[in-house]
Amino acid sequence: MASKRAVADGSWLIAPALALLVLGFIGPMVLFFARTLISQGGLPELAALVTKVVTSEAVTTALIKTQWIALLVTLAVLLISYPLAYYMANRSGLKFTLVLFCIIVPYFTSIIVRTYAWMVLLGRNGLINQTLTSLGWITEPLELLYTETAVVIGMVYVLLPYMVLTLYAAMKSIDPSLMRAARGLGAGPFYVFRRVYFPLSLHGVISGSLIVFILAIGFFITPALMGGPSDVMIAMLIERAVEITLDWPGAAVMSLVLLAVTLALYAVYYRVTDVRRMMGA
Amino acid sequence: MRPLPTYVAIAGLLLLAPIAIVIVLAFGDQSALKFPPDSYGLRWFTAFFADSRWQKALRSSLLVASLSCLISTALGFMAAYAMVRGRFGAKKLMLSMLLMPMIIPHVITAIAMYFVTAPLKLVGQPLWIALCHAVVSLPIVLLILLSSLQGVDVNLERAALSLGSSRLGMFRRVVIPLAWPGIVSAALFAFLASFDELVISLFLAGVRAETLPVRIWNSLHLQVEPIIAAVSAFLIGVTALVLLLDVTIRRSRQLMIKLPAGDAR
Repeated sequence: MASKRAVADGSWLIAPALALLVLGFIGPMVLFFARTLISQGGLPELAALVTKVVTSEAVTTALIKTQWIALLVTLAVLLISYPLAYYMANRSGLKFTLVLFCIIVPYFTSIIVRTYAWMVLLGRNGLINQTLTSLGWITEPLELLYTETAVVIGMVYVLLPYMVLTLYAAMKSIDPSLMRAARGLGAGPFYVFRRVYFPLSLHGVISGSLIVFILAIGFFITPALMGGPSDVMIAMLIERAVEITLDWPGAAVMSLVLLAVTLALYAVYYRVTDVRRMMGA
Repeated sequence: MRPLPTYVAIAGLLLLAPIAIVIVLAFGDQSALKFPPDSYGLRWFTAFFADSRWQKALRSSLLVASLSCLISTALGFMAAYAMVRGRFGAKKLMLSMLLMPMIIPHVITAIAMYFVTAPLKLVGQPLWIALCHAVVSLPIVLLILLSSLQGVDVNLERAALSLGSSRLGMFRRVVIPLAWPGIVSAALFAFLASFDELVISLFLAGVRAETLPVRIWNSLHLQVEPIIAAVSAFLIGVTALVLLLDVTIRRSRQLMIKLPAGDAR
Protein backbone atom coordinates (compact mmCIF):
# COMPACT_ATOMS: atom_id res chain seq x y z
CA MET A 1 0.00 0.00 0.00
CA ALA A 2 1.16 3.52 -0.71
CA SER A 3 1.04 4.63 2.95
CA LYS A 4 3.44 1.88 4.06
CA ARG A 5 6.01 2.92 1.48
CA ALA A 6 5.62 6.57 2.58
CA VAL A 7 6.42 5.62 6.19
CA ALA A 8 9.49 3.75 5.07
CA ASP A 9 11.15 6.61 3.20
CA GLY A 10 10.15 9.43 5.52
CA SER A 11 7.88 11.21 3.05
CA TRP A 12 5.28 11.74 5.75
CA LEU A 13 7.72 14.07 7.54
CA ILE A 14 6.57 16.81 5.20
CA ALA A 15 3.08 16.63 6.74
CA PRO A 16 3.65 18.93 9.78
CA ALA A 17 5.05 21.70 7.56
CA LEU A 18 2.09 21.36 5.20
CA ALA A 19 -0.25 21.43 8.20
CA LEU A 20 1.34 24.70 9.36
CA LEU A 21 0.98 26.11 5.85
CA VAL A 22 -2.70 25.17 5.75
CA LEU A 23 -3.37 26.46 9.27
CA GLY A 24 -1.48 29.73 9.01
CA PHE A 25 -1.46 30.60 5.32
CA ILE A 26 -3.65 28.72 2.84
CA GLY A 27 -6.59 28.42 5.23
CA PRO A 28 -6.67 32.10 6.24
CA MET A 29 -6.14 33.12 2.61
CA VAL A 30 -9.04 31.00 1.33
CA LEU A 31 -11.33 32.05 4.19
CA PHE A 32 -10.46 35.71 3.72
CA PHE A 33 -11.19 35.79 0.00
CA ALA A 34 -14.12 33.38 0.10
CA ARG A 35 -15.95 34.94 3.05
CA THR A 36 -15.50 38.58 2.01
CA LEU A 37 -16.24 38.06 -1.67
CA ILE A 38 -19.05 35.48 -1.37
CA SER A 39 -20.82 37.65 1.20
CA GLN A 40 -21.43 40.06 -1.67
CA GLY A 41 -24.19 37.82 -3.00
CA GLY A 42 -24.11 36.48 -6.53
CA LEU A 43 -21.71 36.96 -9.40
CA PRO A 44 -23.30 40.17 -10.73
CA GLU A 45 -22.86 41.87 -7.33
CA LEU A 46 -19.28 40.62 -7.16
CA ALA A 47 -18.53 41.90 -10.65
CA ALA A 48 -20.03 45.24 -9.71
CA LEU A 49 -17.85 45.41 -6.59
CA VAL A 50 -14.69 44.55 -8.51
CA THR A 51 -15.49 47.18 -11.15
CA LYS A 52 -16.26 49.76 -8.48
CA VAL A 53 -13.03 49.14 -6.57
CA VAL A 54 -10.70 48.76 -9.54
CA THR A 55 -12.01 51.85 -11.34
CA SER A 56 -12.11 54.06 -8.23
CA GLU A 57 -9.72 56.97 -8.42
CA ALA A 58 -7.78 56.03 -5.29
CA VAL A 59 -7.07 52.53 -6.55
CA THR A 60 -6.14 53.45 -10.13
CA THR A 61 -3.83 56.21 -8.87
CA ALA A 62 -2.25 53.82 -6.37
CA LEU A 63 -1.80 51.09 -8.97
CA ILE A 64 -0.06 53.48 -11.37
CA LYS A 65 2.06 54.90 -8.55
CA THR A 66 2.98 51.40 -7.36
CA GLN A 67 4.17 50.28 -10.77
CA TRP A 68 5.99 53.54 -11.39
CA ILE A 69 7.89 53.37 -8.09
CA ALA A 70 8.60 49.65 -8.54
CA LEU A 71 9.98 50.37 -12.01
CA LEU A 72 12.19 53.24 -10.80
CA VAL A 73 13.44 51.12 -7.90
CA THR A 74 14.18 48.12 -10.13
CA LEU A 75 16.14 50.24 -12.64
CA ALA A 76 18.09 52.04 -9.92
CA VAL A 77 18.88 48.80 -8.09
CA LEU A 78 20.03 47.17 -11.33
CA LEU A 79 22.32 50.06 -12.28
CA ILE A 80 23.86 50.26 -8.79
CA SER A 81 24.22 46.49 -8.35
CA TYR A 82 25.69 45.46 -11.70
CA PRO A 83 29.20 46.89 -11.12
CA LEU A 84 29.13 45.69 -7.49
CA ALA A 85 28.27 42.13 -8.50
CA TYR A 86 30.85 42.26 -11.30
CA TYR A 87 33.52 43.29 -8.81
CA MET A 88 32.53 40.49 -6.41
CA ALA A 89 32.52 37.88 -9.16
CA ASN A 90 36.05 38.83 -10.20
CA ARG A 91 37.72 39.21 -6.81
CA SER A 92 38.54 36.78 -4.04
CA GLY A 93 39.93 36.95 -0.52
CA LEU A 94 39.71 40.10 1.55
CA LYS A 95 38.33 42.37 -1.18
CA PHE A 96 35.48 39.96 -1.86
CA THR A 97 34.75 39.50 1.83
CA LEU A 98 34.67 43.26 2.45
CA VAL A 99 32.14 43.91 -0.32
CA LEU A 100 30.07 40.91 0.80
CA PHE A 101 30.10 42.35 4.34
CA CYS A 102 28.75 45.70 3.05
CA ILE A 103 25.90 43.85 1.30
CA ILE A 104 25.11 41.30 4.04
CA VAL A 105 24.97 43.67 7.02
CA PRO A 106 22.13 45.80 5.62
CA TYR A 107 20.46 42.65 4.19
CA PHE A 108 20.00 41.15 7.63
CA THR A 109 19.18 44.37 9.45
CA SER A 110 15.49 44.82 10.26
CA ILE A 111 13.57 46.72 7.56
CA ILE A 112 12.16 49.12 10.12
CA VAL A 113 15.69 49.98 11.30
CA ARG A 114 16.91 50.54 7.74
CA THR A 115 13.92 52.78 7.02
CA TYR A 116 14.44 54.69 10.26
CA ALA A 117 18.10 55.24 9.33
CA TRP A 118 17.08 56.95 6.09
CA MET A 119 14.41 58.98 7.89
CA VAL A 120 17.14 60.30 10.18
CA LEU A 121 19.32 61.16 7.19
CA LEU A 122 16.64 62.77 5.02
CA GLY A 123 14.43 64.48 7.63
CA ARG A 124 13.79 68.24 7.73
CA ASN A 125 16.23 68.50 10.62
CA GLY A 126 18.04 65.44 9.34
CA LEU A 127 21.73 64.93 8.89
CA ILE A 128 21.85 65.87 5.22
CA ASN A 129 20.05 69.17 5.85
CA GLN A 130 22.19 69.84 8.95
CA THR A 131 25.38 69.27 6.96
CA LEU A 132 24.31 71.36 3.98
CA THR A 133 23.20 74.21 6.25
CA SER A 134 26.41 74.19 8.28
CA LEU A 135 28.40 74.24 5.04
CA GLY A 136 26.41 77.33 4.04
CA TRP A 137 25.19 75.73 0.81
CA ILE A 138 21.52 76.14 1.69
CA THR A 139 19.65 78.53 3.98
CA GLU A 140 16.27 76.76 4.07
CA PRO A 141 16.18 73.02 4.77
CA LEU A 142 15.37 70.94 1.68
CA GLU A 143 12.19 68.84 1.66
CA LEU A 144 13.77 65.43 1.24
CA LEU A 145 11.67 63.16 3.44
CA TYR A 146 8.01 62.42 2.61
CA THR A 147 8.69 62.59 -1.12
CA GLU A 148 8.70 60.04 -3.92
CA THR A 149 12.50 60.30 -4.05
CA ALA A 150 12.69 59.34 -0.38
CA VAL A 151 10.51 56.28 -1.00
CA VAL A 152 12.70 55.24 -3.93
CA ILE A 153 15.92 55.70 -1.91
CA GLY A 154 14.53 53.73 1.03
CA MET A 155 13.29 50.89 -1.17
CA VAL A 156 16.51 50.74 -3.20
CA TYR A 157 18.41 50.35 0.06
CA VAL A 158 16.20 47.47 1.20
CA LEU A 159 16.09 45.62 -2.13
CA LEU A 160 19.67 46.06 -3.36
CA PRO A 161 21.07 42.87 -1.72
CA TYR A 162 18.58 40.62 -3.57
CA MET A 163 19.84 41.99 -6.90
CA VAL A 164 23.54 41.88 -6.04
CA LEU A 165 23.34 38.27 -4.82
CA THR A 166 21.35 37.15 -7.89
CA LEU A 167 23.70 38.92 -10.33
CA TYR A 168 26.73 37.57 -8.48
CA ALA A 169 25.49 33.98 -8.84
CA ALA A 170 24.93 34.50 -12.58
CA MET A 171 28.30 36.20 -13.16
CA LYS A 172 30.21 33.62 -11.15
CA SER A 173 29.17 30.96 -13.66
CA ILE A 174 30.54 32.90 -16.66
CA ASP A 175 33.69 31.25 -18.03
CA PRO A 176 36.44 33.94 -18.07
CA SER A 177 38.26 32.22 -20.93
CA LEU A 178 35.43 33.30 -23.24
CA MET A 179 36.38 36.95 -22.66
CA ARG A 180 40.05 36.17 -23.18
CA ALA A 181 39.18 34.41 -26.44
CA ALA A 182 37.19 37.42 -27.66
CA ARG A 183 40.06 39.77 -26.74
CA GLY A 184 42.54 37.46 -28.45
CA LEU A 185 40.43 37.55 -31.59
CA GLY A 186 40.80 41.34 -31.65
CA ALA A 187 37.65 42.64 -29.92
CA GLY A 188 37.96 45.80 -27.80
CA PRO A 189 37.02 45.73 -24.09
CA PHE A 190 33.67 47.45 -24.58
CA TYR A 191 32.79 45.20 -27.51
CA VAL A 192 33.64 42.13 -25.42
CA PHE A 193 31.38 43.38 -22.63
CA ARG A 194 28.51 44.19 -24.98
CA ARG A 195 28.64 41.04 -27.08
CA VAL A 196 29.99 38.41 -24.69
CA TYR A 197 29.83 39.28 -20.97
CA PHE A 198 26.53 41.15 -20.80
CA PRO A 199 24.55 38.56 -22.83
CA LEU A 200 25.94 35.81 -20.57
CA SER A 201 24.88 37.71 -17.43
CA LEU A 202 21.45 38.51 -18.90
CA HIS A 203 19.57 35.70 -17.15
CA GLY A 204 20.82 37.10 -13.83
CA VAL A 205 19.66 40.57 -14.85
CA ILE A 206 16.21 39.21 -15.70
CA SER A 207 15.88 37.08 -12.53
CA GLY A 208 17.15 39.89 -10.31
CA SER A 209 14.89 42.51 -11.90
CA LEU A 210 11.86 40.24 -11.59
CA ILE A 211 12.43 39.44 -7.92
CA VAL A 212 13.07 43.10 -7.07
CA PHE A 213 9.97 44.21 -9.00
CA ILE A 214 7.83 41.48 -7.38
CA LEU A 215 8.96 42.48 -3.89
CA ALA A 216 8.66 46.23 -4.68
CA ILE A 217 5.00 46.16 -5.78
CA GLY A 218 4.02 44.64 -2.43
CA PHE A 219 6.04 47.10 -0.33
CA PHE A 220 4.32 48.64 2.62
CA ILE A 221 6.60 49.74 5.47
CA THR A 222 9.02 52.00 3.57
CA PRO A 223 6.45 53.95 1.49
CA ALA A 224 4.15 54.27 4.51
CA LEU A 225 6.90 55.86 6.60
CA MET A 226 8.87 57.80 3.97
CA GLY A 227 6.26 58.82 1.41
CA GLY A 228 4.23 62.01 1.21
CA PRO A 229 0.41 62.19 1.01
CA SER A 230 0.49 61.49 -2.74
CA ASP A 231 2.87 58.51 -2.51
CA VAL A 232 0.24 55.92 -1.72
CA MET A 233 1.10 52.43 -2.92
CA ILE A 234 -1.46 49.65 -3.27
CA ALA A 235 -0.28 47.74 -0.18
CA MET A 236 -0.89 50.88 1.89
CA LEU A 237 -4.43 51.21 0.53
CA ILE A 238 -5.10 47.58 1.50
CA GLU A 239 -3.84 48.19 5.03
CA ARG A 240 -5.92 51.36 5.37
CA ALA A 241 -9.05 49.59 4.08
CA VAL A 242 -8.71 47.06 6.92
CA GLU A 243 -7.39 49.26 9.72
CA ILE A 244 -9.15 52.57 9.13
CA THR A 245 -12.24 52.23 6.93
CA LEU A 246 -12.97 48.56 7.85
CA ASP A 247 -13.78 47.98 4.18
CA TRP A 248 -13.04 44.21 4.02
CA PRO A 249 -14.56 43.63 0.56
CA GLY A 250 -12.51 46.50 -0.86
CA ALA A 251 -9.37 45.14 0.78
CA ALA A 252 -10.10 41.69 -0.66
CA VAL A 253 -10.50 42.99 -4.20
CA MET A 254 -7.32 45.07 -4.01
CA SER A 255 -5.45 42.10 -2.51
CA LEU A 256 -6.71 39.91 -5.33
CA VAL A 257 -5.36 42.37 -7.92
CA LEU A 258 -1.97 42.58 -6.19
CA LEU A 259 -1.92 38.79 -5.75
CA ALA A 260 -2.70 38.20 -9.42
CA VAL A 261 0.07 40.52 -10.61
CA THR A 262 2.55 38.99 -8.12
CA LEU A 263 1.72 35.41 -9.09
CA ALA A 264 1.87 36.18 -12.82
CA LEU A 265 5.34 37.70 -12.42
CA TYR A 266 6.38 34.85 -10.13
CA ALA A 267 5.37 32.35 -12.83
CA VAL A 268 7.78 34.08 -15.20
CA TYR A 269 10.47 34.19 -12.48
CA TYR A 270 9.91 30.50 -11.76
CA ARG A 271 10.61 29.63 -15.40
CA VAL A 272 13.86 31.60 -15.59
CA THR A 273 15.29 30.77 -12.13
CA ASP A 274 16.13 27.74 -10.09
CA VAL A 275 13.91 28.35 -7.03
CA ARG A 276 16.38 26.64 -4.75
CA ARG A 277 18.91 29.36 -5.50
CA MET A 278 16.44 32.02 -4.47
CA MET A 279 17.67 34.61 -1.95
CA GLY A 280 21.26 33.51 -2.41
CA ALA A 281 20.65 30.36 -0.37
CA MET B 1 42.27 56.12 -9.97
CA ARG B 2 40.66 53.09 -11.54
CA PRO B 3 36.92 53.65 -11.83
CA LEU B 4 35.55 50.25 -10.72
CA PRO B 5 37.34 49.89 -7.35
CA THR B 6 36.55 53.55 -6.58
CA TYR B 7 32.87 53.02 -7.36
CA VAL B 8 32.76 49.84 -5.27
CA ALA B 9 34.44 51.58 -2.33
CA ILE B 10 31.96 54.48 -2.43
CA ALA B 11 28.95 52.19 -2.85
CA GLY B 12 30.14 49.95 -0.01
CA LEU B 13 30.53 52.93 2.31
CA LEU B 14 27.10 54.28 1.36
CA LEU B 15 25.56 50.89 2.13
CA LEU B 16 27.07 50.79 5.60
CA ALA B 17 26.75 54.52 6.38
CA PRO B 18 23.07 54.62 7.41
CA ILE B 19 23.57 51.74 9.85
CA ALA B 20 26.82 53.16 11.19
CA ILE B 21 25.22 56.59 11.69
CA VAL B 22 22.32 55.10 13.68
CA ILE B 23 24.80 53.33 15.96
CA VAL B 24 26.78 56.54 16.54
CA LEU B 25 23.60 58.55 17.18
CA ALA B 26 22.47 55.97 19.74
CA PHE B 27 25.53 56.78 21.81
CA GLY B 28 24.85 60.52 21.68
CA ASP B 29 24.13 62.30 24.93
CA GLN B 30 21.83 65.14 23.84
CA SER B 31 18.07 65.33 23.51
CA ALA B 32 18.06 66.12 19.77
CA LEU B 33 19.56 64.01 17.00
CA LYS B 34 22.77 65.65 15.88
CA PHE B 35 25.63 64.10 13.93
CA PRO B 36 28.28 63.83 15.09
CA PRO B 37 26.89 64.11 18.65
CA ASP B 38 28.48 66.83 20.86
CA SER B 39 29.00 64.35 23.68
CA TYR B 40 28.66 60.62 24.08
CA GLY B 41 26.97 58.52 26.72
CA LEU B 42 24.56 55.71 27.40
CA ARG B 43 21.62 58.02 28.15
CA TRP B 44 19.29 56.57 25.47
CA PHE B 45 20.21 52.98 26.20
CA THR B 46 19.48 53.60 29.87
CA ALA B 47 16.15 55.14 28.88
CA PHE B 48 15.37 52.09 26.73
CA PHE B 49 16.16 49.62 29.50
CA ALA B 50 14.33 51.68 32.13
CA ASP B 51 11.12 52.21 30.16
CA SER B 52 8.60 49.51 31.09
CA ARG B 53 6.73 49.69 27.77
CA TRP B 54 9.90 49.20 25.73
CA GLN B 55 10.93 46.36 28.05
CA LYS B 56 7.55 44.70 27.64
CA ALA B 57 7.98 44.96 23.87
CA LEU B 58 11.45 43.43 24.13
CA ARG B 59 10.11 40.49 26.19
CA SER B 60 7.28 39.94 23.68
CA SER B 61 9.75 39.98 20.80
CA LEU B 62 12.05 37.48 22.51
CA LEU B 63 9.19 35.15 23.46
CA VAL B 64 7.56 35.19 20.02
CA ALA B 65 10.90 34.83 18.17
CA SER B 66 12.03 31.89 20.36
CA LEU B 67 8.75 30.00 19.93
CA SER B 68 8.68 30.76 16.22
CA CYS B 69 12.28 29.65 15.80
CA LEU B 70 11.54 26.29 17.51
CA ILE B 71 8.43 25.67 15.41
CA SER B 72 9.89 26.57 12.05
CA THR B 73 13.23 24.81 12.60
CA ALA B 74 11.55 21.57 13.72
CA LEU B 75 8.96 21.54 10.95
CA GLY B 76 11.48 22.80 8.39
CA PHE B 77 13.94 20.04 9.27
CA MET B 78 11.32 17.34 8.86
CA ALA B 79 10.06 18.83 5.59
CA ALA B 80 13.58 19.22 4.18
CA TYR B 81 14.37 15.59 5.08
CA ALA B 82 11.21 14.42 3.35
CA MET B 83 12.13 16.54 0.29
CA VAL B 84 15.65 15.11 0.10
CA ARG B 85 14.96 11.45 0.93
CA GLY B 86 11.28 10.99 0.26
CA ARG B 87 9.94 9.49 -2.92
CA PHE B 88 6.73 11.21 -3.80
CA GLY B 89 5.43 13.06 -6.81
CA ALA B 90 4.87 16.78 -7.11
CA LYS B 91 7.99 17.58 -5.07
CA LYS B 92 8.72 20.72 -7.04
CA LEU B 93 5.11 21.84 -6.63
CA MET B 94 5.23 21.21 -2.85
CA LEU B 95 8.46 23.15 -2.55
CA SER B 96 7.08 26.13 -4.43
CA MET B 97 3.95 25.97 -2.23
CA LEU B 98 6.07 26.06 0.91
CA LEU B 99 8.12 28.94 -0.53
CA MET B 100 4.97 30.93 -1.45
CA PRO B 101 4.85 33.01 1.78
CA MET B 102 8.20 34.51 0.75
CA ILE B 103 6.74 35.85 -2.51
CA ILE B 104 3.18 36.86 -1.58
CA PRO B 105 3.19 40.46 -0.29
CA HIS B 106 3.27 40.31 3.50
CA VAL B 107 0.38 42.77 3.72
CA ILE B 108 -1.94 40.25 2.06
CA THR B 109 -0.67 37.39 4.24
CA ALA B 110 -1.02 39.53 7.35
CA ILE B 111 -4.57 40.63 6.54
CA ALA B 112 -5.68 37.07 5.76
CA MET B 113 -4.18 35.95 9.09
CA TYR B 114 -5.86 38.83 10.88
CA PHE B 115 -9.17 37.89 9.26
CA VAL B 116 -9.17 34.52 11.07
CA THR B 117 -7.33 35.75 14.19
CA ALA B 118 -9.78 38.43 15.25
CA PRO B 119 -12.94 36.23 15.46
CA LEU B 120 -10.96 33.55 17.34
CA LYS B 121 -9.85 36.20 19.86
CA LEU B 122 -6.21 35.26 19.25
CA VAL B 123 -4.94 38.83 18.76
CA GLY B 124 -2.00 39.31 21.13
CA GLN B 125 -1.59 35.56 21.76
CA PRO B 126 2.20 34.92 21.57
CA LEU B 127 2.00 31.27 20.45
CA TRP B 128 -0.35 32.13 17.60
CA ILE B 129 1.85 35.04 16.46
CA ALA B 130 4.84 32.67 16.61
CA LEU B 131 2.99 30.16 14.40
CA CYS B 132 2.18 32.89 11.90
CA HIS B 133 5.79 34.08 11.90
CA ALA B 134 6.88 30.48 11.38
CA VAL B 135 4.85 30.44 8.15
CA VAL B 136 7.03 33.20 6.69
CA SER B 137 10.33 31.96 8.15
CA LEU B 138 9.76 28.35 7.03
CA PRO B 139 10.94 29.08 3.45
CA ILE B 140 14.31 30.36 4.76
CA VAL B 141 14.75 27.34 7.05
CA LEU B 142 13.78 25.01 4.24
CA LEU B 143 16.26 26.50 1.76
CA ILE B 144 19.13 26.29 4.25
CA LEU B 145 18.32 22.74 5.39
CA LEU B 146 17.71 21.41 1.88
CA SER B 147 21.26 22.23 0.90
CA SER B 148 22.63 20.99 4.23
CA LEU B 149 20.77 17.65 4.11
CA GLN B 150 21.82 17.07 0.52
CA GLY B 151 25.34 16.84 1.92
CA VAL B 152 24.44 13.92 4.22
CA ASP B 153 25.41 10.58 2.64
CA VAL B 154 22.39 8.27 2.44
CA ASN B 155 24.72 5.26 2.88
CA LEU B 156 25.51 6.34 6.45
CA GLU B 157 21.79 6.21 7.22
CA ARG B 158 21.51 2.78 5.61
CA ALA B 159 24.52 1.59 7.61
CA ALA B 160 23.00 2.82 10.88
CA LEU B 161 19.69 1.09 10.14
CA SER B 162 21.30 -2.19 9.06
CA LEU B 163 23.44 -2.19 12.21
CA GLY B 164 20.27 -2.25 14.23
CA SER B 165 19.62 1.41 14.97
CA SER B 166 16.01 2.51 15.16
CA ARG B 167 14.74 5.27 12.84
CA LEU B 168 14.75 7.72 15.72
CA GLY B 169 18.24 6.62 16.78
CA MET B 170 19.47 7.11 13.22
CA PHE B 171 18.19 10.68 13.29
CA ARG B 172 19.66 11.35 16.72
CA ARG B 173 23.04 9.74 16.13
CA VAL B 174 23.63 10.23 12.38
CA VAL B 175 21.46 12.71 10.50
CA ILE B 176 21.18 15.49 13.10
CA PRO B 177 24.90 15.54 14.01
CA LEU B 178 25.89 15.65 10.33
CA ALA B 179 23.42 18.40 9.49
CA TRP B 180 24.05 20.28 12.74
CA PRO B 181 25.73 23.43 11.31
CA GLY B 182 22.85 23.81 8.85
CA ILE B 183 20.29 23.29 11.62
CA VAL B 184 21.93 25.95 13.80
CA SER B 185 22.09 28.37 10.87
CA ALA B 186 18.45 27.76 10.03
CA ALA B 187 17.41 28.26 13.65
CA LEU B 188 19.38 31.52 13.93
CA PHE B 189 17.90 32.96 10.76
CA ALA B 190 14.41 31.82 11.76
CA PHE B 191 14.87 33.62 15.07
CA LEU B 192 16.05 36.77 13.30
CA ALA B 193 13.20 36.65 10.76
CA SER B 194 10.63 36.62 13.55
CA PHE B 195 12.49 39.06 15.80
CA ASP B 196 12.55 41.65 12.97
CA GLU B 197 9.12 40.90 11.50
CA LEU B 198 6.83 43.91 11.38
CA VAL B 199 3.85 43.63 9.05
CA ILE B 200 2.27 40.47 10.51
CA SER B 201 2.95 41.61 14.08
CA LEU B 202 1.33 44.96 13.26
CA PHE B 203 -2.00 43.19 12.74
CA LEU B 204 -1.71 40.29 15.18
CA ALA B 205 0.15 41.72 18.17
CA GLY B 206 -2.46 44.15 19.43
CA VAL B 207 -1.49 46.03 22.57
CA ARG B 208 -0.94 42.87 24.60
CA ALA B 209 2.00 41.47 22.64
CA GLU B 210 3.38 44.62 21.02
CA THR B 211 6.83 43.62 19.69
CA LEU B 212 9.90 45.87 19.34
CA PRO B 213 9.44 46.54 15.60
CA VAL B 214 5.75 47.37 16.20
CA ARG B 215 6.69 49.72 19.02
CA ILE B 216 9.26 51.44 16.77
CA TRP B 217 6.62 51.72 14.04
CA ASN B 218 4.16 53.31 16.44
CA SER B 219 6.71 55.82 17.73
CA LEU B 220 7.94 56.70 14.22
CA HIS B 221 4.42 57.80 13.35
CA LEU B 222 4.50 60.29 16.21
CA GLN B 223 7.98 61.71 15.95
CA VAL B 224 11.59 60.68 15.46
CA GLU B 225 12.75 60.36 19.10
CA PRO B 226 16.40 59.65 19.90
CA ILE B 227 15.42 56.62 21.99
CA ILE B 228 14.56 54.86 18.71
CA ALA B 229 18.21 55.23 17.69
CA ALA B 230 19.18 53.27 20.80
CA VAL B 231 16.51 50.61 20.16
CA SER B 232 17.66 50.38 16.53
CA ALA B 233 21.27 50.04 17.61
CA PHE B 234 20.14 47.27 19.96
CA LEU B 235 18.38 45.47 17.09
CA ILE B 236 21.49 45.89 14.90
CA GLY B 237 23.52 44.42 17.77
CA VAL B 238 21.22 41.37 17.92
CA THR B 239 21.55 40.91 14.14
CA ALA B 240 25.35 41.22 14.33
CA LEU B 241 25.44 38.72 17.20
CA VAL B 242 23.37 36.20 15.25
CA LEU B 243 25.54 36.54 12.13
CA LEU B 244 28.68 36.23 14.24
CA LEU B 245 27.35 33.12 16.01
CA ASP B 246 26.53 31.58 12.64
CA VAL B 247 30.04 32.17 11.31
CA THR B 248 31.71 30.94 14.53
CA ILE B 249 29.65 27.77 14.79
CA ARG B 250 30.33 26.83 11.19
CA ARG B 251 34.04 27.53 11.61
CA SER B 252 34.48 25.64 14.91
CA ARG B 253 32.62 22.76 13.34
CA GLN B 254 35.09 22.66 10.45
CA LEU B 255 37.96 22.77 12.95
CA MET B 256 36.52 19.85 14.91
CA ILE B 257 36.36 17.77 11.76
CA LYS B 258 39.89 18.71 10.78
CA LEU B 259 41.53 18.27 14.19
CA PRO B 260 41.69 14.45 14.48
CA ALA B 261 43.41 14.24 11.09
CA GLY B 262 45.89 16.87 12.28
CA ASP B 263 46.63 14.95 15.49
CA ALA B 264 47.30 11.73 13.64
CA ARG B 265 50.08 13.29 11.63
